[in-house]
Amino acid sequence: MAYSEKLIDHYENPRNIGSLDKSAEDVGTGLVGAPACGDVMKLQIKVGADGLIEDAKFKTFGCGSAIASSSLVTEWVKGKTIDEAETIKNTDIARHLALPPVKIHCSVLAEDAIKAAIADYRAKATKKDETREAAE
Amino acid sequence: MTAIAQIRRNDQPIYLDYQATTPLDPRVLEAMMPYFTHKFGNPHSRSHSYGWEAEEAVEKARAQIGKLIGADEKEVIFTSGATESNNLAIRGVAEFYKDRRNHIVTTVTEHKCVLDTCRHLEQQGFTVTYLPVKQDGLVDLDVLRAAVTDKTVVVSIMAVNNEIGVIQPLAEIGKICREKGAFFHTDAAQAVGKIPLDVEAMNIDLMSISGHKIYGPKGIGALYVRRKPRVRLVAMIHGGGQERGFRSGTLPTPLCVGLGEACEIALKEMDGEAKRLTKLRDRMLKGLQARLPEIYINGDLEHRIPGNLNISFAHVEGESLMMGIKGLSVSSGSACTSASLEPSYVLRALGVEEELAHTSLRLGLGRFTTEQEVDTAVEELVHQVNKLRAMSPLWEMAQEGIDIKSIEWAAH
Repeated sequence: MAYSEKLIDHYENPRNIGSLDKSAEDVGTGLVGAPACGDVMKLQIKVGADGLIEDAKFKTFGCGSAIASSSLVTEWVKGKTIDEAETIKNTDIARHLALPPVKIHCSVLAEDAIKAAIADYRAKATKKDETREAAE
Repeated sequence: MTAIAQIRRNDQPIYLDYQATTPLDPRVLEAMMPYFTHKFGNPHSRSHSYGWEAEEAVEKARAQIGKLIGADEKEVIFTSGATESNNLAIRGVAEFYKDRRNHIVTTVTEHKCVLDTCRHLEQQGFTVTYLPVKQDGLVDLDVLRAAVTDKTVVVSIMAVNNEIGVIQPLAEIGKICREKGAFFHTDAAQAVGKIPLDVEAMNIDLMSISGHKIYGPKGIGALYVRRKPRVRLVAMIHGGGQERGFRSGTLPTPLCVGLGEACEIALKEMDGEAKRLTKLRDRMLKGLQARLPEIYINGDLEHRIPGNLNISFAHVEGESLMMGIKGLSVSSGSACTSASLEPSYVLRALGVEEELAHTSLRLGLGRFTTEQEVDTAVEELVHQVNKLRAMSPLWEMAQEGIDIKSIEWAAH
């Protein structure tokens, strides 16, 4: 399959591979996909006190397009608020990497991964607030 | 070996996909050349020396093919390739004998051209039994024996599987078919020239042969059709009645000559080549096993042609692995390399779990593979698998002792 230069660059030099402490309060973790379907993405965000995403890491099991899509979104979310990060659309990812039609699902998965990471972060934040309120 | 220099330039990737196709052996090309140029006669022309010369060449090729499989030259007919041979064999006998027998037996791991032909015949009113295979990829003979009835016209079971290289117990299958009065057809595209075959000893009634899998040209194949006891076929291509009426059309003399020459070389060199390739394959396997944990061989290793390995590299998806090993040309059983996005049906039939099917590579070695190429391939594979495992969430979980089956994954 012929891939775009941008896609190949992300595949060969993936940005932000790694893991953050998933138990930390300021870290949101999204784990999406399924091994049986051939792709699994783990995407993590670390949100600073100012509400901006200060770090993002990923690990992906999947084809080159899946790896490139997740690498790209870790770059995109950094420095954004979680509300801004939530607006990233799979179509933006697909367009940027010039994904072939059979690989569009990889960009969908990357969008799902951000949303899942944000949801996890929010759930933790809510829980923290509740615990604080209960303590007061 | 100058032959290698002619086949692979240094700037090209190492070819490890010998089950997809093989390069033309330079000796085969040499034998073919005159029939592209000055020996251009129509082998069916009876009135002049151009025709006689071409006919002689075609008949010599027929004998060379027959000799490799223990058949008489009169029992060999030329086709465009194994796909046509499989179509003609299965449809041909099924349609000829349909008034007496209407049942076909085959296996789930056959090549698509056999399975699709069977599907077509089902639509025409035939009944088809698709036998499962065991975990090692081989047919269970008791299951086969139970499936063949007095209504079975043909049993079609491949000699060697194209993905996992396993060799079916042909002689035993042939015996069962003979006892039950069903014809035995075998798709031997991946077997001819790789393992000894004998249509008499194995009771084979129909055998499909491919040119380009045995260092011959593309666009030519053959079908062995037994004469004693006689197997009848309904022809699919009508015309001048060439090839005993089974397959009309002017024979492509240079291609026929090429297939014949390829068979003659195979007969002469098969033993030595098998030993050499077994050594290379073992070297590759040991090299990978020594340096990579959690790799799994798909299909039986003992009953297997020497030039095939099919390995699942757990936690690394096959297409991304192939993207990384740019210096190697291989193929994968991963869904991402197929248009259907389904992982290999052959691996699934062995009971290989879907997540492992996605991580499989087929490594095919052949006549022009060198020890140095094998060593380079091992280096590249080890490097890339380690790189991709370092970024695989599944590998991370496995290292942390998390069973990935314990997680509720959302299928998408």
